[in-house]
Amino acid sequence: MARSFTPKVVTANALLEGDAVWLTEDNTWTRDIHEAELITDEAHGDLRLLEAMAQADKIAGAYLADARSGPDGPEPTHFREAFRTRGPSNYHHGKQAG
Amino acid sequence: MYQYNDFDEAFVRARVAQFRGQVERRIDGSLTEDEFKPLRLMNGIYLQLHAYMLRVAVPYGTLNSAQMRQLAYIADRWDKGYGHFTTRQNIQYNWPKLQDVPDMLDALADVGMHAIQTSGNTIRNVTADHFAGAAADEIEDPRPIAELLRQWSTDHPEFQFLPRKFKIAVTGAEQDRAVTKAHDIGLRMVRNAAGQPGFEVIVGGGLGRTPMVGKILRDFLPKADLLPYVEAIVSVYNLLGRRDNKYKARIKITVHENGLDKIQHLVEDRFKAIRAGFSGHDQALLAQIETAFAPPAFVTKSTDGFEAARLANPAFRSWTDTNLAEHKADGYAIVSISIKKHGQTPGDATSDQMRVMADLAETYGHNELRISHEQNVILPHVHKSDLPAVYQALRAADLATANIGLASDIIACPGMDYCALATARSIPIAQEIATRFDELKIEHDIGQLKIKISGCINACGHHHVGHIGILGLDRAGVENYQITLGGDGTETTTIGERAGPGFSADEIVPAIERLVTGYMDLRIDENETFLQAYRRLGMEPFKAILYPAEDKANAA
Repeated sequence: MARSFTPKVVTANALLEGDAVWLTEDNTWTRDIHEAELITDEAHGDLRLLEAMAQADKIAGAYLADARSGPDGPEPTHFREAFRTRGPSNYHHGKQAG
Repeated sequence: MYQYNDFDEAFVRARVAQFRGQVERRIDGSLTEDEFKPLRLMNGIYLQLHAYMLRVAVPYGTLNSAQMRQLAYIADRWDKGYGHFTTRQNIQYNWPKLQDVPDMLDALADVGMHAIQTSGNTIRNVTADHFAGAAADEIEDPRPIAELLRQWSTDHPEFQFLPRKFKIAVTGAEQDRAVTKAHDIGLRMVRNAAGQPGFEVIVGGGLGRTPMVGKILRDFLPKADLLPYVEAIVSVYNLLGRRDNKYKARIKITVHENGLDKIQHLVEDRFKAIRAGFSGHDQALLAQIETAFAPPAFVTKSTDGFEAARLANPAFRSWTDTNLAEHKADGYAIVSISIKKHGQTPGDATSDQMRVMADLAETYGHNELRISHEQNVILPHVHKSDLPAVYQALRAADLATANIGLASDIIACPGMDYCALATARSIPIAQEIATRFDELKIEHDIGQLKIKISGCINACGHHHVGHIGILGLDRAGVENYQITLGGDGTETTTIGERAGPGFSADEIVPAIERLVTGYMDLRIDENETFLQAYRRLGMEPFKAILYPAEDKANAA
C-alpha cells in the first residue's frame, strides 16, 4: 500500500524582507499561512514547488512544509513552522507585531 | 588600536561596491538564489526564519567608541534598534532588508569594519582573549598577531574554498579565556627555556556534532614563524580535508582520521617548503601593527574614592566583586559589563546601551571596548577611581547586573527564535533559568557556574564546554533539552558528558534548579565550585539528582 501523503504548503522567504511567505492557489505569495494552498497530492506538491522556485525575483529558499486543514485555512503542524507564522519569542517582532 | 590604511579602505569599499551590484542583480532577477547565496554568504548575510541576518566581524573582539556608536546607528537606521553579540565576538543584526545591506556595509566601512568572511568555508574572524592587552597574566597582547592573521586570511586566494569553515583563536595569557582548544587552530602564547615568547600551536579542536579537544601540534613556535606555519596547516588541511561529507569536513576530523603524526609530518614539510617565501615582509608588517596596539598611557592616581564607595554602597561592592578582573597596571581594573540582565536575551544590547558603553569607553576607558565570547562587553582599561561613576552610568542604562561568571551569565545561541538550522529554542530557556535564579537569590551563594545553551547540535552556544550544558533538540516534533555535565572551556578543556534522557521545555528549568541546589548540598564548602564538585564526585550523584529513583520506577 502506498504511504499516505501528509498535506503540505509551499513556503519560502520574501526576497527583500526575508519574511516567511506561503504560495496561494493563484500563484501569489501571502504572509498569512491561512491563505495558502493546502496540497494533498504528492505529485501536485512537487509541481507546485517547481513553480514556486521559478519565482526567483519574489522569494528565496522555497520548500514544502507539513500542514493541516484548520478552521481558518491551512495551519502548521510542526513548532518550527508555527514559529515562522509568529516571529521570535523574546521580542514582539515579526509577524506577531502586525 | 589598528586603523585601516589606504589599502584596507580601498579593499573594503571595493567589496561593498561589488556586493551592491550583486544585490541589484539578485533583486532584478538576473541572479537566482542558488547563484546569489554564496555571494551573500561571503559578505556575512544569512537568510533565517523570519528575516535576513547580517553578521559583522568585530576583529578579535576589539572596538573603539566610534565603532560602537556606528553599530548603534546601524541598529537604529536599518534594523530594530538592537544588536546581538555572539560567541565568536561578532555582532548580528536580525532584521535587515536585502536592499539595505550594501548601505549597512558602507556604514561599517566608514568606521573600518566589514562583514567579509563571517560566513562560508573560509577563515573566519580571528578571535582573541577579551582581556588582551589588559590582563595581569599575559605574556604579550595577542591582538597584533590576530590582526596580522586577519589581513593575511582576508581574501587569501588559496583559502576561499576550504573544505569547511575555519576558526582561529589566540591568547597571550596563561588562563585561557579564548577557548583555544575548541578551535580549528588555537594559538597560546608561551615562553621557551630562553624566555622568548612564542606559541603553543593547537590544532583540530572543535565543538559541533563531533566535539574534540584540540591537540598540540607544536610545543613552541617562534613568533617569526607564525604566519608561514599557520599557512602550512591550512594548506595541508585544504588538500587533505574531506569534501565528500560536510559532517566530516572540519580539520578536527582530518586530524582524527589521519592521526596527529601524519598531520605533523605534512605540516612540517609544507612549512619547510614555504618558509623562505616569507622573507620578512610579514615581520615588518607585524612590527607596524604592534605599534598600533601600544598600551594606553596609564596614569597613577589615588584609589581611595573607590575603596570608600565600596564601603558605602553594598550594590556597588557586589558589582565590583563579580564584574571586575585584575589589570596589569596599578590602580586599574578590567570591567565586564553584563548584557545578561536577568530575563533579557543573552548578548543583546539596545542602541542606547551601545551608546552608553561607547561614551564610558571614551570618558573613562582609553576609548576601548571588547566583546567577549561569553557575550558580554568589556571596558579593558578603567582606573579604579572612575569605577563609581562608571557604575552609576551603567545602572542608569540597565547595564549594571552583577552576575559575571555566575549562573545567570549564560551563553545562548539564537536558537529557533531566529536560526534556520536550530532544532529548538535557546533564548527562552536562558531567560527562564536566569529569572529563576534571580527569584531564588542564590546565585552569589552558588558561585562560579557556566551554563551554556545550544539550540542544535552545531553547538554555537558552546554547550559541550559548559559546566552545565543544555542542548535543544527536536524529539518527535517537540522541543527537548539534553543536559551535559562537567564541560570546561579553559586551559583544562573538557567535553561535558551527557547526563541521560532529555527534558521537555517545561521540565528543563526545574531540572537545572534541582541540579544546582543539589550541588550546594554535595559540595565540601562554598569554595568548591560546581565543576570541582563534579570532578571530585563524578556523574552519579548528579544523575541521581536529575533523575530521582521514584520517577524512574514510575516511568518503567
